[in-house]
Amino acid sequence: MTFEATELNIRNKKMEKLFRILFLMMTLLLILPVLIIICLLLAEGHEALSVDFFLTAPQNGMTAGGIFPALVGTLWLVAIALLVSVPLGVAAALYLSEYAPDNWLTRIINLAIVNLAGVPSIVHALFGVGAFVLFFGFGTSILAASFTLAIMTLPVVIVSTRESLQAVPLAFREACWNMGATRWQTIRHVVLPNSISGILTGIILEVSRSVGETAPIMFTGAAFFLPFLPQSVFDQTMALSLHLFVISTQVPGVPEHLPFGVALVLIGIVLLLNSISIAFRMYLRGKKKW
Amino acid sequence: MADPVYAIETENLNLWYGTFQALIDVNLKVRRGLITSLIGPSGCGKTTILRSINRINERLGYVRTTGKICVLDTNIYGEDIEISQVRRHVGMVFQRPNPLPLSVRENVLFGYRIHNTGKLAKQQADEIVEQALRQVLLWDHVKDRLNRKATLLSLEEQQKLCIARLLPVKPSILLMDEPCSALDPEATAAVEELIWDLRGTYTILIVTHNMAQARRASDECIFMLMGKLIEHSKTEDMFVTPSRKETADYIEGRYG
Repeated sequence: MTFEATELNIRNKKMEKLFRILFLMMTLLLILPVLIIICLLLAEGHEALSVDFFLTAPQNGMTAGGIFPALVGTLWLVAIALLVSVPLGVAAALYLSEYAPDNWLTRIINLAIVNLAGVPSIVHALFGVGAFVLFFGFGTSILAASFTLAIMTLPVVIVSTRESLQAVPLAFREACWNMGATRWQTIRHVVLPNSISGILTGIILEVSRSVGETAPIMFTGAAFFLPFLPQSVFDQTMALSLHLFVISTQVPGVPEHLPFGVALVLIGIVLLLNSISIAFRMYLRGKKKW
Repeated sequence: MADPVYAIETENLNLWYGTFQALIDVNLKVRRGLITSLIGPSGCGKTTILRSINRINERLGYVRTTGKICVLDTNIYGEDIEISQVRRHVGMVFQRPNPLPLSVRENVLFGYRIHNTGKLAKQQADEIVEQALRQVLLWDHVKDRLNRKATLLSLEEQQKLCIARLLPVKPSILLMDEPCSALDPEATAAVEELIWDLRGTYTILIVTHNMAQARRASDECIFMLMGKLIEHSKTEDMFVTPSRKETADYIEGRYG
């Protein structure tokens, strides 16, 4: 009996190695742009960063100064967008996951949600102008911009929430129903407590996504330049993403480190939120046992 | 009202899943206070009957049922029947233990809480928990772990807990769908002993694949085949002198 490798074995092994390396290279290639972006932003933008950068308004026709009004504006926009999209999205997801019978209407709704997620953001922007700015008469305002952001992120909230709900084993629901619990009692006592971590994670990811959105807010409520802070939701506001676009393309004579600095802050917020959501998920998953 | 002799009676019960007829003219009578086991090969409709008796089947939209199921002389498919009350009086235990992802204590109290309003005083809650857990012979094992997650208990303890959580709402009937099939032999013996213990206080209808279990742990036995009730007799009679050839063949292991 011999167990020596035949020629075929050797050839197979070579191919095995080749493909492994090939796929590894492809994977590395994917991470590369992210690394380059972050390194470049750090290299070019770090000199813009200081405490003052965060706490002062742009000055000298936006060629100097900081980002304070834009930072605050972004907070406003995202916070109000959340207030709209979370209740709506979670309620819709609860209905679809826990109540909706499997019929053609439900299937159409599901299809619509998937398609809504694929609508380009500029189309949402134009819808926002038509619906919130003009029809509802919010004017170009934080309210209109936030509603537009909310509509845009709604499908993401619904899909991520529904997935978290569906991850709760059916056996728990059956156990409840069998004791005579209503759907709502089941949701309140069993389904929600066991899916809340996933739902929150989805919401944080949604926030990180809407922080960077530019198109939906530029026609609906974000301003080119406002040296003061918004006083109410009917005011316009500056926003980080639009500010970045403006100072990198629309304003002459901006020193190079400034847009890089803004971009660094923007990506920093997104990465921070994503890390929080990942850490949060890992923490709660560690606690969960069934 | 005199206590009825039969806890469960069905009259010409037919049930379809879509176009597939799972139950055909089933007329069964389950005596009150006894343990009755439902045996038969896979797909014969045992579980379907069980699931019809607390109306959990209807959750699937494509199920159609005709005929009557009377629980303690009341047709639960009749008008003015509140499903929640049906399920309160007819508890169900599943093949795989499915305690809720709550503490042991909250598992026992869950049913009580959903069927009662108002705040439950701690002392009363403690009594309910202790009584239910004592009834299922679990109290001494878990009394120090009441606030631990129920999903951390052993499978045997979980299954006993699943029985215990039905008791605080005072059901009359316990349906059990192969309650021991996920358990090892020792745990099976323990749960069987418990079921025997509950006999008399509750009417127990138990689906099993395990012929030996049906034989040693039930008073009466119902044999089903292809959606039909073939034979219903005292357990000792069925296993010694089955009256139908199908029953005899099944019991001897010629099919199944």
